[in-house]
Amino acid sequence: MSSTLLRTVPALRGALRASGAPKAVGAMASTSFVRGKATLPDLAYDYGALEPHISGKIMELHHTKHHQTYVNGLNSALQTIGEAESKGDFTKAATIAPLLNFHGGGHINHSLFWENLAPASRDGGGEPDGALKKAIDSDFGSFDTFRSQMNTALAGIQGSGWAWLVKDKSAGTLGLVTRANQDPVSGPYVPLMGIDAWEHAYYLQYENRKAEYFDAIWNVINWKTVASRYEKS
Amino acid sequence: MVNFGNLLQYLALQSPHSGDTITDSSNTTLNLAKMGLTAYTLPALPYSYDALEPHISAQIMELHHSKHHQAYVTNLNKALESHVAAVASKDVAGQIALQQIIKFNGGGHINHSLFWKNLAPAGSDEASLDRASSLVAEIAKTWGSFDAFKKAFSTALLGLQGSGWGWLVKEAGNGAGLRIVTTKDQDPVVGGDVAIFGVDMWEHAYYLQYLNGKTAYVENIWNVINWQTAQERFSGNSDEKTEL
Repeated sequence: MSSTLLRTVPALRGALRASGAPKAVGAMASTSFVRGKATLPDLAYDYGALEPHISGKIMELHHTKHHQTYVNGLNSALQTIGEAESKGDFTKAATIAPLLNFHGGGHINHSLFWENLAPASRDGGGEPDGALKKAIDSDFGSFDTFRSQMNTALAGIQGSGWAWLVKDKSAGTLGLVTRANQDPVSGPYVPLMGIDAWEHAYYLQYENRKAEYFDAIWNVINWKTVASRYEKS
Repeated sequence: MVNFGNLLQYLALQSPHSGDTITDSSNTTLNLAKMGLTAYTLPALPYSYDALEPHISAQIMELHHSKHHQAYVTNLNKALESHVAAVASKDVAGQIALQQIIKFNGGGHINHSLFWKNLAPAGSDEASLDRASSLVAEIAKTWGSFDAFKKAFSTALLGLQGSGWGWLVKEAGNGAGLRIVTTKDQDPVVGGDVAIFGVDMWEHAYYLQYLNGKTAYVENIWNVINWQTAQERFSGNSDEKTEL
């Protein structure tokens, strides 16, 4: 049953909800697999709105093609798992786990990413203030130190992946983590702000000069979103 | 045959020369020379940047070779230099910290060096299956048909999650059978297995031309596989190990 699956994957449940997908509700006794389908979320800004820091072409491909592929892959993995579950084929369900992690992670990561970006002419760029600023100053020394450490973490990713500003719920402190491929942030960490270091996130504009992309993206970080995530964490 | 073991053996040459007169400490190549080591260098391509068009664009080839591959070579040499220094100063933690950087950049150098040589212009003699008769026979024996192999290899390439490579390898050992393997990021084929040919599935290998359409890249790469090189590696006649 989908309810069982989703209970065991809280992060995924959150992403499904965040996507605004209508959640199918079926009779619990039904033998058919009832699921909430993930859908591609709309962006809160136009594809060209992050220029010149991220080109409109990159944003459009990244959203309509790459993110859509993760959404499709997630739904497909969920369906396969549901069918396997209904047949009691747990081996089959387990073999799908890597696809669920990859596509589910891709959907979660990109959904968070779009929301923690904003046009430089609106909420993008600058520096955080309030409680978030205090926490960054306290845990990193200063905003500049944090930014520099984040860029070092991004540059150090070997292959595809992400870097995140996180809150460690157990320690109550902020930290930086990197994740390979589409692995989502989990465990004691609450993702506050993510930067996509996959080549598809910058290559059409920056080619191999990824350090320029890592510098430019700070002009379009939406600190309002990050602060809001921090307050809820 | 190129084996990652070469790089590890390389690290065994750790004792600095005494009485050296080289003083430019900012130059990695000179510093490695000072330590009795030869820096790795970017190999020239055996064809021009536009030779693989229309299947791989000249722009991709130029960036891929002159920027990406060069960065692996540069960072490998830097890491080796730091490693030698860490050994000299008995800094074990420093040596361990460098291992993954050496693996990544050393792997990047090995993988790209293999890749360039197992590509050839479409329609050239080297790109003809006729140049790989015993390899093709072994492939057909293993997968049932050459088309079945192509399908299985393409599926493996498209199933990679994130950056990585797909390889046809000849396994080490008595069986010496053929096998399709994928390696993540820049992990090289190791353990005595021989890489017959590899396909780079990092996005930088195709994105400027194919964008998110990696299926088309995978379809087209078959037009530019150098079957002569593949046959030489399969037969054990390749001298690449000494060239890297």
